[in-house]
Amino acid sequence: MTGFLALEDGTVFRGESVAADGFAVGEAVFTTAMTGYQEVVTDPSFAQQLVCFTAPMVGNYGVAEGRSESSRPHARAVLMREARGPAWTDWLHERGLVALTGIDTRSLVLKLRESGALRAVVVAGEGSVEQAVSVARAQAPMSGRALAAGVSTPRPYVYSDAGRARIAVVDYGCKRSILRRLAGAGAAVTVFPHDATCEELERFDGVLLSNGPGDPEPLVGQIAVVRELLGRLPILGICLGHQLLALAAGHETFKLPFGHRGANHPVLERGTGRVLVTSQNHGFAVAPSEAREATHVSLYDGTVEGLDFPLEHARSVQFHPEAGPGPHDARPLIDRWVEEVAHAEAA
Amino acid sequence: MPRRRDLTSICLIGSGPIVIGQACEFDYAGCQALKVLRQDGFRTIVVNSNPATIMTDPGFADRTYLEPLDLEGVADVLARERPDALLSTMGGQTALNLARELADAGVLAELGVELIGAPLDVIRRAEDREEFREAVRGVGLKVPSSRIVTGVDELGGISLPAVIRPAFTLGGHGGGFVESVEQLHLQVERGLAESPIRQVLVEESVRGWDEFELEVVRDRKDNVVIVCSIENIDPMGVHTGDSVTVAPQMTLSDHAYQELRDAAVAVIRAVGVECGGSNIQFARERESGELRVIEMNPRVSRSSALASKATGYPIAKIAAKLAVGYTLDEIPNDLTGTTPASFEPTLDYVVVKFPRFAFEKFPGADTTLGTQMKSVGEAMGIGRTFVEAYRKAERSRELDGEERWQLPPTAHPWFHAEIAREPGWLDLDAAVADDFLRYKRAGLADGDIGREEVVRAKRRSCGVRPSYRRVDSCAGEVEAASTYYYSTYGEADEAPPAGTKPRVVILGSGPNRIGQGIEFDYCCVHAAQSFRALGYEAVMVNCNPETVSTDYDTSDRLYFEPLRLEEVLGVCEREQPDGVAIQFGGQTPLKLARGLEAAGFRIIGTPFDAVDIAEDRERFGALLARLGIRCPEWGIARTRGEARAVAERIGFPVLIRPSYVLGGRAMRICYSADDLGEIDRPVLIDRFLESAIEIDVDAVSDGEETYIGAVMQHVEEAGVHSGDSACVLPAPSLTVDEDAEIRAVVRKLARALGVVGLINVQFALADDTLYVLEANPRASRTVPFASKATGVNLVQVACRVLAGARVAELDLSEGLTPRHVSVKAAVLPFARFPGADSVLGPEMRATGEVMASAADLPTAFAKAERAAGRPLPTTGTAFLSVRDADKRAVVRVASALGDLGFKLLATSGTADTLAAAGLEVERVRKVTEQGGGASVVDLIRRGRCNLVVNTPQGSGARTDGYLIREAALVARVPCITTLSGAAAAVHAIANARSEESLSLQERIERETRAA
Repeated sequence: MTGFLALEDGTVFRGESVAADGFAVGEAVFTTAMTGYQEVVTDPSFAQQLVCFTAPMVGNYGVAEGRSESSRPHARAVLMREARGPAWTDWLHERGLVALTGIDTRSLVLKLRESGALRAVVVAGEGSVEQAVSVARAQAPMSGRALAAGVSTPRPYVYSDAGRARIAVVDYGCKRSILRRLAGAGAAVTVFPHDATCEELERFDGVLLSNGPGDPEPLVGQIAVVRELLGRLPILGICLGHQLLALAAGHETFKLPFGHRGANHPVLERGTGRVLVTSQNHGFAVAPSEAREATHVSLYDGTVEGLDFPLEHARSVQFHPEAGPGPHDARPLIDRWVEEVAHAEAA
Repeated sequence: MPRRRDLTSICLIGSGPIVIGQACEFDYAGCQALKVLRQDGFRTIVVNSNPATIMTDPGFADRTYLEPLDLEGVADVLARERPDALLSTMGGQTALNLARELADAGVLAELGVELIGAPLDVIRRAEDREEFREAVRGVGLKVPSSRIVTGVDELGGISLPAVIRPAFTLGGHGGGFVESVEQLHLQVERGLAESPIRQVLVEESVRGWDEFELEVVRDRKDNVVIVCSIENIDPMGVHTGDSVTVAPQMTLSDHAYQELRDAAVAVIRAVGVECGGSNIQFARERESGELRVIEMNPRVSRSSALASKATGYPIAKIAAKLAVGYTLDEIPNDLTGTTPASFEPTLDYVVVKFPRFAFEKFPGADTTLGTQMKSVGEAMGIGRTFVEAYRKAERSRELDGEERWQLPPTAHPWFHAEIAREPGWLDLDAAVADDFLRYKRAGLADGDIGREEVVRAKRRSCGVRPSYRRVDSCAGEVEAASTYYYSTYGEADEAPPAGTKPRVVILGSGPNRIGQGIEFDYCCVHAAQSFRALGYEAVMVNCNPETVSTDYDTSDRLYFEPLRLEEVLGVCEREQPDGVAIQFGGQTPLKLARGLEAAGFRIIGTPFDAVDIAEDRERFGALLARLGIRCPEWGIARTRGEARAVAERIGFPVLIRPSYVLGGRAMRICYSADDLGEIDRPVLIDRFLESAIEIDVDAVSDGEETYIGAVMQHVEEAGVHSGDSACVLPAPSLTVDEDAEIRAVVRKLARALGVVGLINVQFALADDTLYVLEANPRASRTVPFASKATGVNLVQVACRVLAGARVAELDLSEGLTPRHVSVKAAVLPFARFPGADSVLGPEMRATGEVMASAADLPTAFAKAERAAGRPLPTTGTAFLSVRDADKRAVVRVASALGDLGFKLLATSGTADTLAAAGLEVERVRKVTEQGGGASVVDLIRRGRCNLVVNTPQGSGARTDGYLIREAALVARVPCITTLSGAAAAVHAIANARSEESLSLQERIERETRAA
């Protein structure tokens, strides 16, 4: 069965449907990671997005339950140059995802790079291009959209109940890898919904602000909670969590033209002069800053990739130290933080 | 941390002659390194004995030494030039081993030369098995369990199957897989003999495990990036150089891949490579995920060249910058210009590499693939899917028959499934655009679908044409001004070229093979440079990932495509060139010329018809007859009967060969009708001129006037392929008249053929009569040697002529004899092919060559032999055994050896001759002779002979000779198989002087001044 992707500017890419019927509406984005397709699709940060893989072949090594970053796919649709099944395409199908193969992904990427991420519709099967384009245009743009509520846990739960530090994770769309890394570093982990209050959280030894989808700016309530938490207990922000901390501390965020999504992005650690090869997935970013607290900077566009407020014991990174998928260069950041929190608690 | 200010001059060691396991990838690496070091203001000095390399061109370094790559040779250069540092990571294992030797001998310390790139302790940790294992285990990783063995008495209790790996050898040379105790003993013995430190590793076999390689780069701030992952389709057990490989890896999940990545990072840190690139190999058990670290090369390698071409990330260039102090974040990504090199390339395409073998050249050799590399070249294909890349690489090999490669049964099932997806038969009459797209996206060539021309016409009428994609290192994420393209189907085309400059497409020479190697890449690179300098846009088409020509810096645009008509037509249609240059890439482009002309593209330079005349013996014979130029008598035969009639008419011995052959493929000398054998296709039969002197001429013609670049004389007599023969410039034994006659004939021929550009003519001089053996209106194998020996770059001259200049306008002085003598010596791979006979003959088998220059022939010859790894002995015992025809002449050689103090040994026939001539000679038993005492083979094996001269009988009866030559090969004793070669060697032993090494620049300057 054929299918197509229609962009808001009227551009159409044709392909072949390899999963669910129907159509999907969202923001067309691309990721350059060469491995980890299942992780990408199940990462809640991809909510409301149509993900294009630049990797030439997707699905080669099948699927495995343990690889999912959440309980279900969050990407709305998958766009591939060459899908390989049956395990992967069956998996997509069973989960109701629209997926196309045979897409001229490189042309799509060049298009998105030039014009920025675009609203789009993916149609599996025949459909009216005109109608698809108008549906794409009718969507709200990603800027200004608060999406954390849609992907967060509805109620608190305990992920691991024993550890040398008690960590509260605010789930704005948290990846399992973050929880796994925390527990692996020896933390007792409790997960809270996105709208957890300062009172709920401050009972813990430390708070981790998770990754998540959408624009950080409209998350006014969440930013207020972070501001309240600042100085009361150690905070570590990751991705959206980093942006919320930045906004709480007076930095600015903005929408990147087409985002950073991949597993090869160089980030300079200003303190040591070292470069980390990082896993990234964000459409918004913290504006470049020379401020002392800006500890990490993207070597691609100078956006702030890390913040550190030593007095408030708060720090954050834009990239994903938990990887999943991607390189493990930054993994020690989580381990070290847990260590510090445990140490501070003991002292 | 910017560039180090405490260094001002750097010496770089090349990898020497092309041998199996060490090919042009190190020329590519060396060129890149020299380029960036010079840009950074360093004074550069290069030592490399291989004249066919670009890196040894006078313009590439401040000082270029074509000197033997041995301790003495490099130490001389270092003492003369006193560089601050030595960069030893660009010249393969040869350079790394030399660096160790220089350090161990105290030369570096004495001269105050710092080892950069990989310091001594790093080289030791990576290369010494025990230290490496310790380092790897220290970071919690596993290596195959193993034991170091220095003698066969230490083999008790080893569990089989096992792998034998000798320490410090090229491409695993001397190693192998063993299953029985007998094999174990044999292989360990061989390995010990090969290892310069007499040490081998006997280790747990991981044969059948999946094999991965990671290319890692690290800087002195401890930033590490993985440039590329490579998956071997042949699992462990086949040397990676012989394996079909794919990048990026195809079958690992993110989790499994990151485990490899972590391990690679841990290993490079543990070994301590601080500023450079490394290649790390892993074995991974498919089901359990068990991992073993196999080995690490703390230098650029064949795999790093492949990774550079596969990703657009120039590892050698980056490694050179790291070695002089930069860090990764300070070095820009070449292709984007705006982002740093401290990232990991991401691919939106697939790359497959195929090895190319030359077993047909070595009858008798074992063709089983194992841990010892046997391939002589490689081809790479790029596509948007695995199969597309795979099929492109597969057909890029240019095999005679277009047989497909069979996936090994043990290959990962994913690869089997991919190959099995190939669409079946296509009904051309009913085919529509989508059908063609499907077939093309499965990587099939027009010729795979049906009759090539028919399929192409039909496909094009459906509007299905290739589109071209950029290799940009970042999957399109960052804007890149890359000029590096590959073709695919069913996608948009990327920014077709615009421009007002005239444009020339240069066709490369494809995978290295015996008979067509780096010399032609040298010519293509110079053609690109020359055309660019002349105001042209140079567009390169080639598919050999080792080469300088496939460096995207070399040309204005690079198309990494198979050198086949379909793909080349595709490029030409896109580029619409003003001309297609076919005369630089050896035989490969010539095969495409007719099709290109038929499609309306203009061949720049010599028209194809001239090529055809030169190749078609009947037309060529008619031309020679018309011009009154003599050639050996010849005829064409289609059957055995005809062959016999022709041979009897022209007289034995005769030389038989099929037409359109490369590197003397399937050429034979027949001494009698019995030798003619079965004849199943048309063959050429030439009268074979015995004991003739062979002359090679390289020249450039503008169609009217001809510039003779070089007249060279072969050391070995006619009958030994010119590629295997040593060669001297200026020709030592030509009289003034002979020289003049040769030049006149070349002029006459070039003009008659209408040659515009390069021409090579081969002559035989027998009994004062000159015969033309063949003419090739294209660049020849000797062009780089001739250019370096004379200081006149013949490719440059040719390009100016191709661009319209007249020879007369070029201000070239001809007829000046160089003041120094240059010798080119061939390097032969017999040690790689046990079972194949090492006797020289009309079939070319050399993989590479070296060059040496000196004030006189003996000195140059001795140095060339040293550079070729066969240093001539100056004293000791010489063994002689020659065929009857050589018996008279051997006396002179033997008596000269005797005068030099050599003790003479000979088998009965030769001993009789020598004794009759009054020489003191000791008789020794042939293997096949009954009797007591040691046979000659025993003596050679025991190291009792320092020189072996053994000329084989014309045919048959080779048993004894073969055993002698094989023993000499194993014992690494120089073994000379022609009497002319022996005479030259003896002359050199007697007269070679020690002479100061001169750089190429100094020599050229002296020549120019003398002129």
